Amino acid sequence: MSRPDTPRSFQEIILRLQTYWATKGCAILQPYDMEVGAGTFHPATTLRSLGPNPWSAAYVQPSRRPTDGRYGENPNRLQHYYQYQVLIKPSPPDLQELYLGSLQAIGIDAELHDLRFVEDDWESPTLGAWGLGWEVWCDGMEVSQFTYFQQVGGHDCHPVSGELTYGLERLAMYVLGVDHVMDMPFNDPSAPIPLTYGDVFKQTEEEYARWNFDTADTAVLLKQFEEAEAHCHEILSRPADDPKTGKRIVMAHPAYDQCIKASHIFNLLDARGVISVTERQAYIGRVRTLAKACADAFVTTRAGGWSDAA
Amino acid sequence: MPDLLIELFSEEIPARMQRRAADDLKKLVTDGVVDAGLTYAGAVAHCTPRRLTLAINGLTDASPTTTEDRKGPRVDAPEKALAGFLRGAGLTKDQLTIADDKKGQIYVARITNQGRPAAAIVADVLDRTIRNFPWPKSMRWGTGSLRWVRPLRSILCILTREDGHQIVPLDVDGIGAGDTTEGHRFMAPGRFSVTSFDDYEAKLKRAKVVLSSQERADAIWQDATNQAFAAGLEVVEDAGLLAEVAGLVEWPVVLMGRIDDAFLDLPPEVLQTSMKEHQKFFSVRDKTGKIVRFVTVANRDTADDGATILAGNNRVLSARLADAKFFWENDLRVAKEGMEQWTDALANVTFHAKLGSQAERIERIAALARELAPTVGADPDLAERAARLAKADLSSEMVYEFPELQGLMGRYYADAANLPKEIGLAAQEHYSPLGPSDDVPTAPVSVAVALADKLDTLAGFWAIDEKPTGSKDPYALRRAALGVIRLVLENGVSLLLARPLFVELAKIKIGREHALEFDASEAVAEQLRERQGHLVSDFRNKEFEKRHAQHRNGKSIAESEALALDLLTFLHDRLKQHLKSEDIRHDVIDAVLTGDRTDDLANVTARARALNAFLATDDGENLLQGYKRAKNILDQAEAKDGVEYSYGADPKMAETEEERALFDAMAPAKPAIEAALAAEDYPAAMAALADLRAPIDAFFEGVQVNAESQVVRRNRLNLLSEIVRLCAQIADLSKIGS
Repeated sequence: MSRPDTPRSFQEIILRLQTYWATKGCAILQPYDMEVGAGTFHPATTLRSLGPNPWSAAYVQPSRRPTDGRYGENPNRLQHYYQYQVLIKPSPPDLQELYLGSLQAIGIDAELHDLRFVEDDWESPTLGAWGLGWEVWCDGMEVSQFTYFQQVGGHDCHPVSGELTYGLERLAMYVLGVDHVMDMPFNDPSAPIPLTYGDVFKQTEEEYARWNFDTADTAVLLKQFEEAEAHCHEILSRPADDPKTGKRIVMAHPAYDQCIKASHIFNLLDARGVISVTERQAYIGRVRTLAKACADAFVTTRAGGWSDAA
Repeated sequence: MPDLLIELFSEEIPARMQRRAADDLKKLVTDGVVDAGLTYAGAVAHCTPRRLTLAINGLTDASPTTTEDRKGPRVDAPEKALAGFLRGAGLTKDQLTIADDKKGQIYVARITNQGRPAAAIVADVLDRTIRNFPWPKSMRWGTGSLRWVRPLRSILCILTREDGHQIVPLDVDGIGAGDTTEGHRFMAPGRFSVTSFDDYEAKLKRAKVVLSSQERADAIWQDATNQAFAAGLEVVEDAGLLAEVAGLVEWPVVLMGRIDDAFLDLPPEVLQTSMKEHQKFFSVRDKTGKIVRFVTVANRDTADDGATILAGNNRVLSARLADAKFFWENDLRVAKEGMEQWTDALANVTFHAKLGSQAERIERIAALARELAPTVGADPDLAERAARLAKADLSSEMVYEFPELQGLMGRYYADAANLPKEIGLAAQEHYSPLGPSDDVPTAPVSVAVALADKLDTLAGFWAIDEKPTGSKDPYALRRAALGVIRLVLENGVSLLLARPLFVELAKIKIGREHALEFDASEAVAEQLRERQGHLVSDFRNKEFEKRHAQHRNGKSIAESEALALDLLTFLHDRLKQHLKSEDIRHDVIDAVLTGDRTDDLANVTARARALNAFLATDDGENLLQGYKRAKNILDQAEAKDGVEYSYGADPKMAETEEERALFDAMAPAKPAIEAALAAEDYPAAMAALADLRAPIDAFFEGVQVNAESQVVRRNRLNLLSEIVRLCAQIADLSKIGS
């Protein structure tokens, strides 16, 4: 393998990952246009990992974890960050090698670094999902999650999807040798107007940290949670056959949007500290119920493997 | 005789599962081939992160052909029976012979089990082993349905003879067996073929894989200690970590790095925990015990001798330790301000949904620690204060990050706040003992807080009916009970448990003020003790309820009583388990659960030990027989006559020498036993009892209890009754089995 040259900016790392996975045949999707806690929530992962149809997609997903906000002061904690997500179904036999190739592509030379697959079982109680795999270590630092999905939304995965998740900021800081995320070059440092990560996100980190922790209106949020939950159930209660077009149209995705919404509102309420330990479990259970209902619906769509002949 | 080599090559196997899996592979395959009629000389199993390997040498070439004669139905049996027999044997009627049997003439089938070549047997056994492998957690991948711990990539399975090797034909879910494997993922990619185990092991080493995990662990340890020694330092031993790290690499390369000076003031346990838990680093300390460096184990050689890898690990560690330092400094500030912020925060931490917050629990523990303090020789004020602060560190940032440092951080913070050293010590020690081999605290304040903590835990979960059942003990209540037992026994604490248990339960059931206001608690405790002596696990709520019917909290009080009794029974059960290691039988402990001190576990144990020692002697064994004989005769007579012979016997009415001798022996024994019991000198009480053995034996030898004279008979029965009652002061010997 040739020695990779080192990228110079955060965006170059993203672009190289995009190019790499495109050449490996993935459809390069765009981020989902809703607030989510992780790339896994994108329907291109949650829903598409269900059913028999093959799938291969890669995308950047902006992700929000309100409780992790530190007003932009902590060197590596953010309430808004980026994940890079790859999902291939069925998981190809050389997925580990493909993954290692992507590290090479962003300048991590396997000849000089110590790359390791360390046991890490993944579970998402909100999605009713679990899988087995590893966290990938580069010189002792976790750079990715690697998971073979076994169950999603309460459904056994057949075939099994392989999921790769890269925490982009942390990975990029490591590759670029930066100690504080806000100091990381976002675009090329020699560009006419060089911007750091801080130039782009310091302001929003401060604003959202204040809002998440202290000012988000909990009464409104609690109401929105109930509404999203009710709306999700309502959408799924509609008959499969659309009375207007006469076609079979199961509305799994619109219902799933409400599930995502409920999940994010729950995260906001959690950050506001208004959810007790016992209630916490109950809320997670309610979101899981929605996720399962959406998964149940998706597998009755054509994309989910339902066929008119059956 | 061929040798067998099996390698199951997969994606990375979790380190903690490797050893067990290698052992399982060995057991399943060797058992399987032996069951199928092969024998072998020896077997050894290995594991690396990517492979399980089994080498069996001296395997027999084939299983022997065997025959067996199977008896069939009588020759005159119905056709149907014969047809069934033929089907089962796979023969036709003309192949049967006829033999004489005690039933008459019967058909006999000679069944031949054809021997099979080793390759066919191995193929079957390995197929079955792979499909049913007992991984703690397994998964599917791709489109297949096979389960393995992570995707299984290839199977190597060969039989090696002097004239060459043979691939065992086998295909598991599309993975065909072959004679090839892979070396190190990065340092020697590509497959190669092998011809025997020796060839395999040697080629693997050339391909940068050390097959033996022991060899990897030894190499790591030796290199790490050498590097540390050269720098005048010492690696902190950690066998668990060494085994884990040896399971994360195929080609171990030991690298030692410095810890940035900025972090050297952190407590050594924090450095060690952070490095171990997050990074799997060994800690390296200097002569003063200060941790100054770390050892990490990489999985490869590099052109720069690990410089890049070490620099990367160093950066990751610095980021981690920067967090730890941040927590430590914040925590110290709160500690020096009096920890109020932490104790307040515990009000918002739920201990258990049905048992309220940590703060409420601490309130109960503090009151109980105060109450227990005099018994364990602690100052009540100090014990109460220590209990209030013992769990404060649960709110600290450091313990949030590293829960395993709970208690220890409490001590650092208490000391930093210049609190009396007993308080810091109690914070650290009050969780102990955590297991059967963990040390038991001895400092009085620590003992008071540790006991209060565990008794409250037990009472709490009893109150909400979350007792351990079968193998389920999610709140580690058996451990808490053992903790109570070891705390009182090893510190020689004489503590009557009925009252504190009842009060803790009542506090939870009806609230603290009401529980304390219920002034009959001492009387209740007495009741409990009394009942405990008579029945161990059979109690009825209703009876308790009736007694407290007048009280406004009668029902809850009755419940608390019943639960306290049940909890005492549980503690007695755990005590029986605990004393098993001293070879004290269950029934010996049951026998000493009499009298008014059964809730004092130290007392119960002292009596059980004395009785156990006594019963092991000749005198003890014979006295037990004498007692049983006396009790039998007495019980029968009392049942027959409908009276209780408890009037006392009169020596003047003794007729025989043996009878008089027994009276003479009883006279001094009675006060001697009473005095010994009062002094809690149980061995002395047993010795006094032992003096009765000879006269009792002689009595039964030479005296007919059921004499013709009713007066004499009654006097003798009254004498037996005295013996039985005297023994009963020490133990209920009727509980002792033969």
